[in-house]
Amino acid sequence: MLKTGLFAWYAFREYKRTKLTFIITSNGKKMERKKVTIDGNEAAAYVAFNTNEVIAIYPITPSSNMGEWCDAWSAKGMKNVWDIVPSVSELQSEGGASGSVHGALQAGALTTTFTASQGLLLMIPNMFKIAGELTSTVFHVSARSIAAQALSIFGDHSDVMATRGTGFGLIASNSVQEVMDTALIAQAATLESRIPFVHFFDGFRTSHEVMKIEQLTKEDMMAMLDQKLIIEHRNRALSPDHPVMRGTAQNPDVYFQGRETVNKYYEACPDIVQKAMDKFAKIVGRQYHLFDYVGAPDAERVIVMMTSGCGAAEETVKYLTEKEEKVGLLKVRLYRPFSIDHFINALPETTKVISVLDRTKEPGSSGEPLYLDIVNAISEKHINGELKFAYPKIVGGRYGLSSKEFTPAMVKGVFDDAKKDKPKNHFTVGIKDDVTNTSLDFNTEFSIESDETFRGKFYGLGADGTVGANKNSIKIIGEGTDYFAQGYFVYDSKKSGSTTISHLRFGPKEINSTYLVHTANFIACHQTVFLEKMDMLSDAVEGATFLLNTKASKDEVWDILPEKVQNDLINKKMKFFIIDAYKVGNETGMGARINTIMQTCFFAISNIFPKEKAISMIKDSIKKTYGAKGDKIVQMNFDAVDQTIANLFEVEVPEKATSKIQLQPAVSDNAPEFVQKVTACMIAGKGDDLPVSKMPDDGTYPVGTAQWEKRNIALEVPVWDENICIQCNKCVVVCPHATIRAKVYDEKLLENAPATFKHMPFKGKGYGEGLAYTIQVAVEDCTGCTLCVDVCPAKNKSNTSLKSINMEEQLPLRETERANWDFFLNLPEYDRTKINTGQVKDSQFLEPLFEFSGACSGCGETPYVKLASQLFGDRMVVANATGCSSIYGGNLPTTPWTKNKEGRGPAWSNSLFEDNAEFGLGFRLAIDKHEMQAQELVKKFASDLGDTLVNEILNADQQDEAGIYEQRQRVDELKKKLSDSKFEKNDNVKDLLSIADYLVKKSVWIMGGDGWAYDIGYGGLDHVLASGKNVNVLVLDTEVYSNTGGQMSKATPRGAVAKFAAGGKPLGKKDLGLMAMTYGNVYVAKVAMGSNDAQTVKAFLEAEAYDGPSLIIAYSHCIAHGINMGTAMRNQKAAVDSGYWPLFRFNPDVAKEGKNPFKLESKGLKIPLKDYAYLETRYKMLTKSDPQTAEKLMKEAQQDVYDRWSTYENMAAEKPAEKKGSKQS
Amino acid sequence: MNLETNYLGLKLKNPIVPSAGPLSQEISNFKKFEDAGAAAVVMYSLFEEQIEHEALELDYQTSVTADSNPEATSYFPEDLEFKLGPEQYLEHIRKAKEAVDIPIIGSLNGKSLGGWTDYAKKIEQAGADALELNIYRLATNQDQSGFDIEKDYLDIVKQVKSSVSIPIAVKLGPYFSSMAWMAKQFEEAGADGLVLFNRFYQPDINLESLEVTPDVLLSTPMDMRLPLRWIGILYGKVKLDLAATSGIDTDQDVLKMIMAGAKVTQMLSSLLRNGIEHITDVLTKMIYWMEVNEYESLDQMRGSISHQNVADPSVFERANYMKVLNSYK
Repeated sequence: MLKTGLFAWYAFREYKRTKLTFIITSNGKKMERKKVTIDGNEAAAYVAFNTNEVIAIYPITPSSNMGEWCDAWSAKGMKNVWDIVPSVSELQSEGGASGSVHGALQAGALTTTFTASQGLLLMIPNMFKIAGELTSTVFHVSARSIAAQALSIFGDHSDVMATRGTGFGLIASNSVQEVMDTALIAQAATLESRIPFVHFFDGFRTSHEVMKIEQLTKEDMMAMLDQKLIIEHRNRALSPDHPVMRGTAQNPDVYFQGRETVNKYYEACPDIVQKAMDKFAKIVGRQYHLFDYVGAPDAERVIVMMTSGCGAAEETVKYLTEKEEKVGLLKVRLYRPFSIDHFINALPETTKVISVLDRTKEPGSSGEPLYLDIVNAISEKHINGELKFAYPKIVGGRYGLSSKEFTPAMVKGVFDDAKKDKPKNHFTVGIKDDVTNTSLDFNTEFSIESDETFRGKFYGLGADGTVGANKNSIKIIGEGTDYFAQGYFVYDSKKSGSTTISHLRFGPKEINSTYLVHTANFIACHQTVFLEKMDMLSDAVEGATFLLNTKASKDEVWDILPEKVQNDLINKKMKFFIIDAYKVGNETGMGARINTIMQTCFFAISNIFPKEKAISMIKDSIKKTYGAKGDKIVQMNFDAVDQTIANLFEVEVPEKATSKIQLQPAVSDNAPEFVQKVTACMIAGKGDDLPVSKMPDDGTYPVGTAQWEKRNIALEVPVWDENICIQCNKCVVVCPHATIRAKVYDEKLLENAPATFKHMPFKGKGYGEGLAYTIQVAVEDCTGCTLCVDVCPAKNKSNTSLKSINMEEQLPLRETERANWDFFLNLPEYDRTKINTGQVKDSQFLEPLFEFSGACSGCGETPYVKLASQLFGDRMVVANATGCSSIYGGNLPTTPWTKNKEGRGPAWSNSLFEDNAEFGLGFRLAIDKHEMQAQELVKKFASDLGDTLVNEILNADQQDEAGIYEQRQRVDELKKKLSDSKFEKNDNVKDLLSIADYLVKKSVWIMGGDGWAYDIGYGGLDHVLASGKNVNVLVLDTEVYSNTGGQMSKATPRGAVAKFAAGGKPLGKKDLGLMAMTYGNVYVAKVAMGSNDAQTVKAFLEAEAYDGPSLIIAYSHCIAHGINMGTAMRNQKAAVDSGYWPLFRFNPDVAKEGKNPFKLESKGLKIPLKDYAYLETRYKMLTKSDPQTAEKLMKEAQQDVYDRWSTYENMAAEKPAEKKGSKQS
Repeated sequence: MNLETNYLGLKLKNPIVPSAGPLSQEISNFKKFEDAGAAAVVMYSLFEEQIEHEALELDYQTSVTADSNPEATSYFPEDLEFKLGPEQYLEHIRKAKEAVDIPIIGSLNGKSLGGWTDYAKKIEQAGADALELNIYRLATNQDQSGFDIEKDYLDIVKQVKSSVSIPIAVKLGPYFSSMAWMAKQFEEAGADGLVLFNRFYQPDINLESLEVTPDVLLSTPMDMRLPLRWIGILYGKVKLDLAATSGIDTDQDVLKMIMAGAKVTQMLSSLLRNGIEHITDVLTKMIYWMEVNEYESLDQMRGSISHQNVADPSVFERANYMKVLNSYK
């Protein structure tokens, strides 16, 4: 238990001491080193930036920030240790980045790059070359899982392990401090050894963990790097002044020998690395070894492992050795080249059992890589008679895949198992494998957290400022005291309304706890809505403090707490504080961003510093953080600090629980079995408890699960006023989450409607008589974006501030609207064969088969995706490029793609980022083959099926919904006829039945963002468009890499600021549409729903109908544009009105009729470009950071618009060329 | 022919001054103003509220999306330095001063008293020859009396006057119960001139969208009647330099204003409509008129048809209205 008073005194005393440490270097010089509180990515980037001349980058989570830092520093003109600004360039892919790195290295520059996961795999071909040519470089890798049965952005070593054959050295860092240190050691070692290195650390756990560390100085870096070696590197460059050639092709006669030339370098490398480590120790004071042993000198059981897990293991070893257990940990730092001698020498001679832990999985191997290396090392030494101790038992196991928690309890589990006569080999730890029974048991209650360390958990919503506030708190504590400090942040997978949990630790003792906080002495709930959803206080220790942000007053708050929370507060003798942060936020102009407010509460009640001191430190930090944004912002935050203190109250905890409120179940009882047994666990945050047996073997998941996750994240939701509605369905088409829907149905069905169910007579023609119309909102799924309200054209005649759709508070509506929604869903869908899908209004009666995705509130992409699902969903197969659309489309626990009552719906998959077009083409090739084969087989059974049916099937017109419906009927009849028992043993019949459904037209959709279509996947996309095959490509063009945080792509417009284009993009956007049109046989459309929804619908229908490749480029507004998402359809309109985004359709079928295939559909240049552009922060911020450049680029961008418009006008005016030879005839 | 005039202590070669507006946002236009014959230029207004709003918006838009999901801890480059104060405006003054020799008059619309004085000082330091206080307020608050509003105006003038040494003109709206009294108060508060009148943009209603549309209509010759009357009334009664603005289009309009008592006439709508070269045309025609009608200087005609110098001053007053009505009989 934390002793608050003593703790506070200690902290304050420490604060008064100096923030700097003084180190006497070998040359006797006194050097100051700053303490900084940063994450692993920044630590790596700092050294990489300082010690390189050329940096080639490409975004991929979790490494993107390293490139972002370097780009930002370079844009600012920061200089490296040689006093030059490194050149930082973004490439089109990691393949491209590694190619440029290879080139820059060959041209003699010190060069680096950053990557992870699939990105690293794309670098492998160049890595072989770079290593083969003995070229000095260090790649910094935030190690991440490889997409296998599923993609994962989180950390393990499967990417790094895949590079073992390249010849790169592999050097590991276990903590943020080590990242900075090792980055420099590796840089020094690569220059001397000529072996290139991958310097790796755990994605998220280290790359995103904020730690207080000692920052290396430029002098440190200069001292580590030998100028002579740098000059040698430069002298090896390709230069016409001393020409050589490299990259020859060799034949069987010499290639082998040539490959063996490098051996001596690899043999020398370990000693060179150790030498660099020793030199580093002399300069900086921290001593590393290739293998660092910690634990009992006479240990019998030793764990061997790498990277962040060593933190948890070291803590546990320390704890156990204090209890006189003979255990130890061997931390592997230099994994490749693997030095057997150094390894053996580092092991205690008392070792009896070695447990090797690998953070990767190699299915089918005889063990994971580190395990095999250790087995080999011991075995070789033993065979050579050089092993100084008896041959130990060696077992290997896997842990921590995809950032799975690795805790002291698991470490103890491993040691405990090692005690057994026959320890389990090839085990797993941290999961329950109830299928192949690999998992080790361990005591989940085992905890060794120190009472001297503060441990806090903070529950917030993404973007409410919780994470930002905690990062700041860690900085304040880290940089304001001598305390050690650590912050780690966990997010769920949603982009809108995601839950964030911040895990903070700080205290006088060094913090090695590389795992989440499980026993907390401070818990803060920043959002009242979590109270009933999450069991937050189960992790609280006795006497802990609970801080709740709530609108309830001091007197009311007890009654809104669930029974479990009340009991925890009572039983654990907790202190309880409340704040109405939204009230303070609104009164001080902060709005919904409660970061400063909650941070002030934290400091005010945790007594880390005396209150006055804490407030002044928060204010200093505010000045630092917001100073660049102007005095107004600083003052606003100051006001928030002062107001917070006045609104923070302690609540006396009663002696007895009185609440009848229970924690809510994650999903309803009506959900399917899989959802109840598996999905619900993940939703409830208990996915870690799911055993292997509950997981699908091959990554195949049911569709339609998002409907069961009722997130209730909108404070306000749209409410329909049927008295005003003109039944245009515009609200339905723009809804990004399919939460507002229209239905037309027989009014007789209203008999059983709930009393509050709204409806009106249907006004449309051609649908029949006696029909009712309803607009219904799924209030529990709505994200409250307001796009529907903004586009609603119907205004209240007596009060024009009201429309037919208006926002109202959600909570009072929740129960009634839940019943109304259920009733609405059970009303039959209108017969789709009778709907005129060409009209926007009518198309919105089609059931969406993409609903409640995790996309951002107000997302500009999802309305297009949803539209495609409405129009073609029941016969659609989707290839989805990695990116936002694959995350909101396919990230567990729940996924939005769903099916209709007949069980049909889009089949969806994501292959990779770079290959999506090719992946989709593969779908087409297979479907075409199946269809062709089915047709052939149908012909074979003509006599059994009857000529009429066969002819109808083979010659079916499937151009519209009615035609498709009829074909489905025929195929059903065919299946029925072939199900006759007489065909039981007919293999051809079995074949036909398995592919008969392919006789109904299938629609192949290839979807992805501009990062894919314009950059990394462009080569493949181009090839697929040139294939002539019938695929539909939908480019959701947000003009940046949205998913990874807004990095520039070739779709980014001139003059806009993006990451990697911090100074404004200097070049114009690539005209992908124009490029595709040059093929002549590609259908191309450029659409913007917010400007012309009718044109959008028309383009989707035409693209799908076109029997060849189609490309739709869809303007997709995005939070990365810095706009009000609730009115973002207006931005789309402005983009079109300015001529920046000309709407057009290019239909090769029209050319066949002798007409101009190109139709320009927007109406000229109605407004200047700047009237559109300066609605958006991405453009506007450049006018504030670099007004001259902003002005210049805006002028050029306006000229781009004129030029493009003129080209398009000319194209639209062109008469189609006469067919060759027509004149002669 | 002497077209010279003294305005706010500045010796101007003629009375034509382009007023605050979008034309002065382009540095290249200053040379055009000078070449066309403009005697001075009033810069577009620096709006304190807009500066604040931009800072708030930038902060909001760049932080509202931060830390929302694990892949994107932010959506904009971090660590950029912004110029969120009036730097751009001040730089613009500096450039304008470099570009031309004619005086440059800054224009300021403050929000807080501190803002008025702070920005006024900065505008002075940037090299402005004089400053126009563009007090653009519509009194809609039912809890604020006319007296309170007048006090606010005067406080602004006093505070700014005490913090800068360049001359100050106050650009006003016409909505005061006693304009004559108010003018005297401005004089006492230290103002050097009055610019009559600020034309508040009046909203319209769009029947198609059922929205209020705050679009800008250029002024018409009718708009000059109001300042003409008040300049005529105030001439000779206050020591303030009077500048006329709203609806001034032709040489005739300028001459009328001078005769009513104006030191300078400010033009915007006319220049937006006819181009900056229009100034040359107005000046040429003015000279021609003065030659034909044998005037030697503007000083000679200034105030010649003002309230105090006409045979029947009541024509400037309400009687004017009566007379107009009677003439219809």
